[in-house]
Amino acid sequence: MNVPNLKASNFKSDITPIWCPGCGDFHVLMSITKALAKLRRPPEDIAVVSGIGCSSRIPAYTNCYGFHGVHGRSLAVAAGLKVARPDLTVMAMSGDGDGFSIGGNHFLHARRRNVDMTYIVMDNRVYGMTKGQPSPTTESDWDSALSPGGTGLRAFHPLVIALASGANFVAREFSGNIKACTQTIVEAVNHPGFSFVEILSPCVTFRPDEKEWKNQVHEASVAETDDPARAARRIMTDDGMNTGILYRGPRKPYSASVSDEVGDVSALEQFFEI
Amino acid sequence: MTASLEPANSISFAIVGTGGAGAITAGSMLIEAAGKAGYYGLLTRSVGPQIRGGEAAALVRLSTKPAACMSKEFDILVAIDWKNADRFIGAMPVAEGGLVICGPAAGDPPRAIRETDCTIIECPIGELAKSVPGGRENMISAGLVAELIGMPLEEIRNVVSGKLASKGEKAVEASHGCLEIGAQTAAGFDHTCRLAAPEEGSNKRWLITGNEAVGLGALRGGVRFAAAYPITPATEVLEYLSPALASVGGALVQAEDELASINMIIGASFGGRPSITATSGPGLSLMMESLGLAAASETPIVVVDVMRVGPSTGVATKSEQSDLNIAVYGFHGDAPHVVVAPLSVSDCLFTGQWAVHMAETLQTPVIVLSDQSIGQARVLIDRPADITFMTRRKPFDADGEAYQRYAITADGVSPMSTPGQAGGQYTADGLTHTERGSPSSARSDQKEQLDKRHDKIARFNFGNHWGITEGDSARATVILTWGSLTGAAREAIDALQDEDIPVRLVSLRQISPFPEEPLKAALAGTKRLLVVEQSYSAQFYRHVRSYIDLPFEVRQLNREGPYEIGPDEIVTKIREWNDQ
Ligand SMILES: Cc1ncc(C[n+]2csc(CCOP(=O)(O)OP(=O)(O)O)c2C)c(N)n1
Ligand code: SF4
Ligand SMILES: [Mg+2]
Repeated sequence: MNVPNLKASNFKSDITPIWCPGCGDFHVLMSITKALAKLRRPPEDIAVVSGIGCSSRIPAYTNCYGFHGVHGRSLAVAAGLKVARPDLTVMAMSGDGDGFSIGGNHFLHARRRNVDMTYIVMDNRVYGMTKGQPSPTTESDWDSALSPGGTGLRAFHPLVIALASGANFVAREFSGNIKACTQTIVEAVNHPGFSFVEILSPCVTFRPDEKEWKNQVHEASVAETDDPARAARRIMTDDGMNTGILYRGPRKPYSASVSDEVGDVSALEQFFEI
Repeated sequence: MTASLEPANSISFAIVGTGGAGAITAGSMLIEAAGKAGYYGLLTRSVGPQIRGGEAAALVRLSTKPAACMSKEFDILVAIDWKNADRFIGAMPVAEGGLVICGPAAGDPPRAIRETDCTIIECPIGELAKSVPGGRENMISAGLVAELIGMPLEEIRNVVSGKLASKGEKAVEASHGCLEIGAQTAAGFDHTCRLAAPEEGSNKRWLITGNEAVGLGALRGGVRFAAAYPITPATEVLEYLSPALASVGGALVQAEDELASINMIIGASFGGRPSITATSGPGLSLMMESLGLAAASETPIVVVDVMRVGPSTGVATKSEQSDLNIAVYGFHGDAPHVVVAPLSVSDCLFTGQWAVHMAETLQTPVIVLSDQSIGQARVLIDRPADITFMTRRKPFDADGEAYQRYAITADGVSPMSTPGQAGGQYTADGLTHTERGSPSSARSDQKEQLDKRHDKIARFNFGNHWGITEGDSARATVILTWGSLTGAAREAIDALQDEDIPVRLVSLRQISPFPEEPLKAALAGTKRLLVVEQSYSAQFYRHVRSYIDLPFEVRQLNREGPYEIGPDEIVTKIREWNDQ
């Protein structure tokens, strides 16, 4: 159902976010509500599903149907929901810990499966909610109480892995650029299949250095591609601060879905009669 | 049972051969033919440690009354070959006076057989098969067995015609030829082992496994979505559901692991579709955190656990009742939910449907504790009755007032809106929440929501489905058991009856919440109580004792798998007690 004249405020709830002042996630919330208004679907036709983390608090701050599940499983909840209810617009949300660490296996398989939904990861390169431990995207020398002197581990590259495992739409944005974020989310939702948007979203409390991101990000100087190899090469060689839609692919979305038909179970019983 | 003249009410046979020999096919055809002839029966398969190409055996029991468990000894054993049989022949001992048929070319019978006081007849099964163009040894074996037990060859001929129709007339003819030759050969043996005539007026039979029955029950209950990760011995639930769901407009998604499967069904159920998954112990362990989420977010789901020998990987292909503790007590925090256990293969159908009904009505996770012994047994049953529950989620009607997803109500169940419904938006949450669903750490919210989730289950009317009692209430000796061991206990009681030892049966289908009052009432008048369960640490006994006193003389028969507790052991235990 398309409804005209929806405003971002129609998609906002009256619950006050628990986020620290200045947290990038405020901007992400703004972009999401603006994007939803542009999509012109009423809030009851949208489901926002998340895991656990500061970023994963987002569903309750929207006026859509929300599901705030356990740590790392937002993609599984979202996939089940979309297959069961193909009529809904389903969006999954995670932090970098939720999406790439504890939920890492689902990260791969959700892309392979290519269920038609949009996945937004608010990447702050830290575990915010548990107060500052390194995540898979944290730089190897980032010092913390849990890993003094840094983990010594190479950071995980979500966009490349997304491409390699079959994502159908891949983009990176910066939370502070609300206009670009909004437009990319709209494109992501409208693209059939699994769309992945990584939003660099600073954790001002545990990564104050990320306040600099606004000066470091820059729009990708090259246009998007439908060639995953090119897209991967580009992402591998950029400085990690490139933004914009990087890849849009032609894969067909996952096909199984549940319909409203009641179905005759008694017909199944003949199978057991001898 | 030497050349017994008196026909028996129950006969068991095993057909053994290497993977490709078709032993299982022969057993399946025989049981189907028996069903058409009006018998009851049960088929299990025993496979060696190799998954494929190894040895395989069809174990079949046919009877005039419903058969709940496999015999511990076999009246007839047909060995197409003995390859590697040493490794698993222990699972199918031949009864004293029983009959073993094997080819001279098949080599020496294993030691266990040679040491049994039984008749061994050498019969050139391979040669006989070769005498028919396209003939196969398994069909010779089926013919042998049919003749020995006195089953009309016509029945099995018909089954063969049906099953092999797609392979063409030649295949059917070859099989018919083999059946004839097998039967003629057995007619020349100086040994029979007749099955008594089936009871008159026998109903139409179904041939079904527990894993299929639980799936069908769930479909009857309204399930339209499943997600799962394969695991023995639960995989057949999924393999049954996949096409069955598709045929009624539903879907099954193969997930990447059990963490995904449980969360997928939670998502689908949140979307308004009754949903299910099936797994076994290792998978259930992975699901625990999210089962708690379903409890806290009040999302209806059904999880079928087809229990196997644990802990860890244990013995994947054998049964145990040792997941009671994790199913009832494995959640962190206080998370009221429902745990039920089917009492037999046919009861898997009822319990599956009932589980969906409770999950949907109570908006809670329901765990069904089936196990390998009933999940994988293929059984002839009477067509199960149609059951109707008024299954539906308490609906949300937009009436202008602000919607409160977790509203406190008299019965503890809150109206549940469905995505797409305007005005019903809420965020389902595993965080402690207010009635409206917003996250809260207030003491009052934690208490109120715990109370409501407790009350909705405590106040639910479980009807008389909590379990069964059988036998005259004046009988002072009682067997108390649960789930799949009900059948073995029932058979033990029948056997004891023949010895004039009267015993009563009480068996629980409802494990949690504990059916305290009905069980107390059922146990009234008890003097001696034998608690029977397949668990090393007596999980069931301890569970019962944590709710009620058992002010009787109490003994326990509890043991780990893989060797299933059978009627014989129960009989011995009671008889010994009786003699004291
Ligand atoms: C199973 C489990 N393990 C650990 C936690 C603790 N925990 C909560 S949030 C979190 C990390 C969140 O990091 P991220 O996903 O990056 O979100 P952010 O807070 O940075 O937005 C962890 C480890 C948990 N809730 N559940
Ligand atoms: S801790 Fe970091 S991520 Fe969490 S709310 Fe504060 S700034 Fe945002
Ligand atoms: Mg983070």
